[in-house]
Amino acid sequence: MTDSKYFTTTKKGEIFELKSELQSEKREKKKEAVKKVIASMTVGKDVSALFPDVVNCIQTDNLELKKLVYLYLMNYAKSQPDMAILAVNTFVKDCEDSNPLIRALAVRTMGCIRVDKIIDYLCQPLRNCLKDEDPYVRKTAAVCVAKLYDINAQLVEDQGFLDLLRDMLSDSNPMVVANAVAAISEILESSPTAQQVLEMNASTINKLLTALNECTEWGQVFILDAISNYTPKDDKEAQSICERVTPRLAHANAAVVLSAVKVIMKFMEMLDATSEYVLTLVKKLAPPLVTLLSAEAEIQYVALRNINLIVQKRSDILKNEMKVFFVKYNDPIYVKLEKLDIMIRLTSQANIAQVLAELKEYATEVDVDFVRKSVRAIGRCAIKVEPAAEKCVSTLLDLIQTKVNYVVQEAIVVIKDIFRKYPNKYESIIATLCENLDTLDEPEARASMIWIIGEYAERIDNADELLESFLEGFQDENSQVQLQLLTAIVKLFLKRPTDTQELVQQVLSLATQDSDNPDLRDRGYIYWRLLSTDPAAAKEVVLAEKPLISEETDLIEPTLLDELICHISSLASVYHKPPNSFVEGRQGGLRRVLPPKSSSYRKHTRR
Amino acid sequence: MSLQSWLKSPALLKRKAATSDLENTPPQKKFCKTMSQNSYDWCRKMSASAVYILDVKGKVLICRNYRGDIDMSCIDKFMSLVMDREEEGHMTPIIQHGNVTFVYIKYNNLYLVATTLKNCNIALVFSFLHKLVQIMIEYFKEIEEESIRDNFVLIYELLDEVMDFGFPQTTDSKILQEYITQDGHKLEVAPRPPMAVTNAVSWRSEKIKYRKNEVFLDVIESVNLLVSANGNVLRSEIVGAIKMRVYLSGMPELRLGLNDKVLFESTGRGKSKSVELEDVKFHQCVRLSRFENDRTISFIPPDGEFELMSYRLNTHVKPLIWVESVIERHAHSRVEYMIKAKSQFKRRSTANNVEIIIPVPTDADTPKFKTTVGNCKYAPDLNSVIWTIKSFPGGKEYLMRAHFNLPSVLAEDSEGKPPIHVKFEIPYFTVSGIQVRYLKIIEKSGYQALPWVRYITQNGDYQLRTQ
Repeated sequence: MTDSKYFTTTKKGEIFELKSELQSEKREKKKEAVKKVIASMTVGKDVSALFPDVVNCIQTDNLELKKLVYLYLMNYAKSQPDMAILAVNTFVKDCEDSNPLIRALAVRTMGCIRVDKIIDYLCQPLRNCLKDEDPYVRKTAAVCVAKLYDINAQLVEDQGFLDLLRDMLSDSNPMVVANAVAAISEILESSPTAQQVLEMNASTINKLLTALNECTEWGQVFILDAISNYTPKDDKEAQSICERVTPRLAHANAAVVLSAVKVIMKFMEMLDATSEYVLTLVKKLAPPLVTLLSAEAEIQYVALRNINLIVQKRSDILKNEMKVFFVKYNDPIYVKLEKLDIMIRLTSQANIAQVLAELKEYATEVDVDFVRKSVRAIGRCAIKVEPAAEKCVSTLLDLIQTKVNYVVQEAIVVIKDIFRKYPNKYESIIATLCENLDTLDEPEARASMIWIIGEYAERIDNADELLESFLEGFQDENSQVQLQLLTAIVKLFLKRPTDTQELVQQVLSLATQDSDNPDLRDRGYIYWRLLSTDPAAAKEVVLAEKPLISEETDLIEPTLLDELICHISSLASVYHKPPNSFVEGRQGGLRRVLPPKSSSYRKHTRR
Repeated sequence: MSLQSWLKSPALLKRKAATSDLENTPPQKKFCKTMSQNSYDWCRKMSASAVYILDVKGKVLICRNYRGDIDMSCIDKFMSLVMDREEEGHMTPIIQHGNVTFVYIKYNNLYLVATTLKNCNIALVFSFLHKLVQIMIEYFKEIEEESIRDNFVLIYELLDEVMDFGFPQTTDSKILQEYITQDGHKLEVAPRPPMAVTNAVSWRSEKIKYRKNEVFLDVIESVNLLVSANGNVLRSEIVGAIKMRVYLSGMPELRLGLNDKVLFESTGRGKSKSVELEDVKFHQCVRLSRFENDRTISFIPPDGEFELMSYRLNTHVKPLIWVESVIERHAHSRVEYMIKAKSQFKRRSTANNVEIIIPVPTDADTPKFKTTVGNCKYAPDLNSVIWTIKSFPGGKEYLMRAHFNLPSVLAEDSEGKPPIHVKFEIPYFTVSGIQVRYLKIIEKSGYQALPWVRYITQNGDYQLRTQ
């Protein structure tokens, strides 16, 4: 027998029919009717009109029926607040039932009925349940405090529920402790005033660490996340917490592992970075992080986003693990792209040959985004690992020979960066690049090519012709290309003033007179005035030596990185954005900062 | 691997349980208990606002609102967001839309979606969604649109029990089945929460009884291999799992002994043959602090089938099955394959059910095969040739040739270069050399229990890139 039959009533007057069935004297019929109501609710029909009839079924010994009625209540109480009061008596009564399953069910559902009017009636039953003899009821009641706080914080504070909740951290049952921790974390986030009551100290942390060994995997995550928000008083305490958290790295649940990683990454900041302990700890972090890459694809993705942060903070952790980030054919695209990013971060002279061979392989795949990113990665390798630059450039030239349009364009963009890092070194390849001039249709690639021509104008015999060819459609170009073209022609003029005067005048008038773009106009005027008043100064400005581009332009800014480290495993760590940028209002919470090096450690180093 | 064939298996290793005393757990380390007024700041939400199960078109089959802080109809936008992302090539399992974040996994033709407004613990949400799938599979065998509809009352009950206000609760399906069942409600007496729900041992019920006490251990090693097109081994990794089927009465204490290198070295047996495990992951039941302290694997097992542990190590051994391919493409006319498969393990072992899956162009036709052993089949749905060798003894080398016609018109889409995959299983053998030295079983009633151990090595993600 299946439940699907409940979905198959489509006659007119269905609500009316259900109504009479709900009022039936027969228990079975009643139950069947409630199931039909829930089925209708499931497919999105509005059955709120049946509220009084369904609530009338609440007085039952049948647990299944009771659960269904409660479910109905949760869905519709808000739309029928006056009627919801009808259910209060049953809640109060069920909270005193002899069966703990029913007591817990009542207290759990109660908190989900977000109707102000009935909350007052629920305080006493909740208070009883918080002190229930059965841990199953207590753990459910603990969560109910957080629910109630969400609806009416003042009431919860006035009723002293926060104190009761805090006391639950010392409960003998680990599940109760875990849920109390979860509820407290929740409450503290929405209200700073609760802090006075719910403050954590070394002794509560110690209790949590003890409960950690015994509670469910989810409870372990609640506890670890709570511990990560505590600031130990000194390096000794930080180390002792790390010691007790480290075994969690061997848990099968990825969420437990990542939360443990967070605690350790955060508290390690307080320890002497050169101590034997920290060195072993860092070694212990690598294997579990690598193992996360054998988990489900979505978890791999979360792990990779976090590893990206971790290797920026502590580059030594995974320096020998390059191979695990090699991309597999059947990886989902979001995993491929993240792996690629981490490969670049881990690239060094020791592994560059392998990395380059991989990147070359990836650049011939079919997924356009992935291929582009791979080509770009080759350029980043060249900039990062100087001795390999030449190899990277020749790899890029090989790729340009494939004539695959987007590969060529991407390659030209990165070659521009390579020229900026190693000026006057690879200009012999310019001729090859120029062969592809006509195929470039993306603004970034066009702008890059124009920059290269302007920069090396003195060595390209037909530089004037090349630039002139771009000038024809000047108005239709992207502003990025226009700006670049303007600068390149001015450079050309300064290098070869004799035969390019006409060209420069043409571009200056296009930029200053025919353009609406203020950036372009302003730049045009500046060049114009410089050239007309003091050509020598113009040369100094326009042809000035440029600073070399930095090795890693895409590193996360250090204070943001530190903040994100405090959010390992959370959404913020995936977005690489602080929570207040995507969570509304106060919910974003306080800004996280890594703990300072502890005072005793400072003493230690002074010695 | 078929577990049914278990008892018939001739090479079962039978051991008698040793029943020596369990070592006492070491005393808790002392920690500083100074009451200090530390500055701290909390702030972490693990909460999912709601959980939905959708069909492949994005229609809601069932959902549960856990926090009441979200407009449940926001799910209507989900499918178009997924499709937009897919089109733009920015597919991720996390989608932000306004202040709502959708977190989803796909299983069969279903989407399991959690929504959140907070900076939630995302690893926890994904783990939970995967766990939810697992629970439903254990309840309903398979989950698809039909089984969701057929069991909606039960699923509502489960959704109510496994998560509260966005916090995951009891998710052990064996324990859940003790008090949330399809026919439990036919009983006159309402069920009560099992002790296990809140016990420190949340995965095993008391009062389990078996006439014959037995434990089956399966050591399964999967080899992950990645070989470059020019034949270099890029990665070679073993992911091992020890799976158990436990049929033991009462609350037995188990202790598993492996030839673990770290353990051997610390106990002065460094010279014996041992295995260096790079990383180990344990089931919830294993005492992690104990393992951290002295590498002892001690636990009270769940009842029935579960995965006790998994481990990972890199290997430098030769790939067990080596495949070389020569592919000659003659554009517009034909493509020819010459595939050589070599078994690089000891002669006394045999790989069973070997499948070598060779990708071919989508527009290839008229397959012709020639092989010395096994048989070949063209699988157009996979765009592959599958070369099956039922039994492949160690130290052998076999050859296969395939020939396809290609159309004279070139296909427009380029196809990429899918790698060759290999499937195999080698019984009574582990690549790592890991061994179960003992499994001690102690229960206060003092019964004798029999542990049975079996070893097998199989392919994991086993890929060889082609030219």
